[in-house]
Amino acid sequence: MTDLLAIGTRKGLFLARSEDDRHTWTVGGPHLLAQEVAAVSIDTRRRRPRVLAGIQYGHWGPSVVWSDDLGGTWEENDSGAVHFPEDTGAALARVWQLRPDTAERPDVVWAGCEPHSLWRSTDGGCSFSLVRGLWDHPHRPTWEPGGGGGAVHTILPDPATDRVTVAMSAGGVYVSPDGATGWEPRNRGISASFLPEPPEYGQCVHKVAVDAGDPARMYAQNHFGVFRTDDGGGSWTSIAEGLPADFGFPIAASPSVPGTAWVVPLVADMQRVPPDGRLRVHRTRDAGETWTEVGKGLPDAAWTSVLRDAFCVDDGRPTGVYVGTRDGCVYASADEGDTFTLVADHLPDVLAVRAARLP
Amino acid sequence: MSVQVVLPGVLADLAGGAKHLDVEPGGATLADLLDAVAAQHPTLGRRIRDETGRVRRFVNVYVDGEDVRWQGGLTTAVRDGAVVQVLPSVAGG
Repeated sequence: MTDLLAIGTRKGLFLARSEDDRHTWTVGGPHLLAQEVAAVSIDTRRRRPRVLAGIQYGHWGPSVVWSDDLGGTWEENDSGAVHFPEDTGAALARVWQLRPDTAERPDVVWAGCEPHSLWRSTDGGCSFSLVRGLWDHPHRPTWEPGGGGGAVHTILPDPATDRVTVAMSAGGVYVSPDGATGWEPRNRGISASFLPEPPEYGQCVHKVAVDAGDPARMYAQNHFGVFRTDDGGGSWTSIAEGLPADFGFPIAASPSVPGTAWVVPLVADMQRVPPDGRLRVHRTRDAGETWTEVGKGLPDAAWTSVLRDAFCVDDGRPTGVYVGTRDGCVYASADEGDTFTLVADHLPDVLAVRAARLP
Repeated sequence: MSVQVVLPGVLADLAGGAKHLDVEPGGATLADLLDAVAAQHPTLGRRIRDETGRVRRFVNVYVDGEDVRWQGGLTTAVRDGAVVQVLPSVAGG
């Protein structure tokens, strides 16, 4: 069994492998050197795993590339895998998310992009079509960009139904019940301290994760606030009590252990560093009712932060947890966050990590 | 009508390794020339312009030594025998 960890950074992609159940890692790369890799995914539904990367050439614009030989060679659609139709008058600014759908839809891959847009591929990510239902939503002109830009950054297809959930900064959570045709905001209960009244939409939701035991139960790390819904986003309640701070970017849930999720608290939006400079993960085992600080092996005196996609879990048993920092360090845990080992340091700032177990 | 397009090394791979391209545009403007470049080399075309047709922010294009941003932009006239340079601007980190 090989565990693969894809590390997207400001200046390239690194691929780390572990052959000993995620305890030690060998880092390969850089691949795509000097290109920003803000989105990465490992699609294990294919005969050969496909690494997809959303890249930014800096001078030469954004694109999607893929490798079917774990970084040996890279391919790119001549026309651009994500390419706004002419009638939109829009141009792709950045690919923020690449999300393979479920095993039941093996060729479907989703992309979340800036400007706020959702894209669907039916050929494994080689070409994407704009999801018009969200692009044409009457709310879209009033969605604001977050500090990093206005983008769909979270895509959660339901494996059992046609339901799709997305989150964006700063538009909030939207749900489609019908395979991404119709969309409705689902933000009731999520705070938006930067707006005068609790809005129907416009929240700056940083990341959303789905519980392992119930697809209607989701967790959200918001721009101030950590929330849970038990009804598919119909209403959200705070689960921030017990955390040292309710600000942060990532949130992840175990794909196999119901009620288990992790966050990485930062002091506040005006102070985006770990409390007391101690980089730690906080874990819940009871769907956010209580939280426990974990993360032996994570550093003290770490005045850095963890971006929304620089944190992920794998589908191992126990669940593996991965943390990438803006000062170029990557840590891995094979025991659901109890202990971490250093995978790599001195990398460019880490923008995205994704892990997969290869057959 | 033939125009010489000069590429930086980093883009030459997208044109089969050539840093100099002889291009026959379908019209007399820079837009026509870049359309012809993109028709021959689609990925190269995407590196220079986005899907709306705008020259990317950090790409500079010179027609006979003149920065087109201070000329007519994409409507800048391109004469027979012109030399058009594509250069990355000073940017990044």
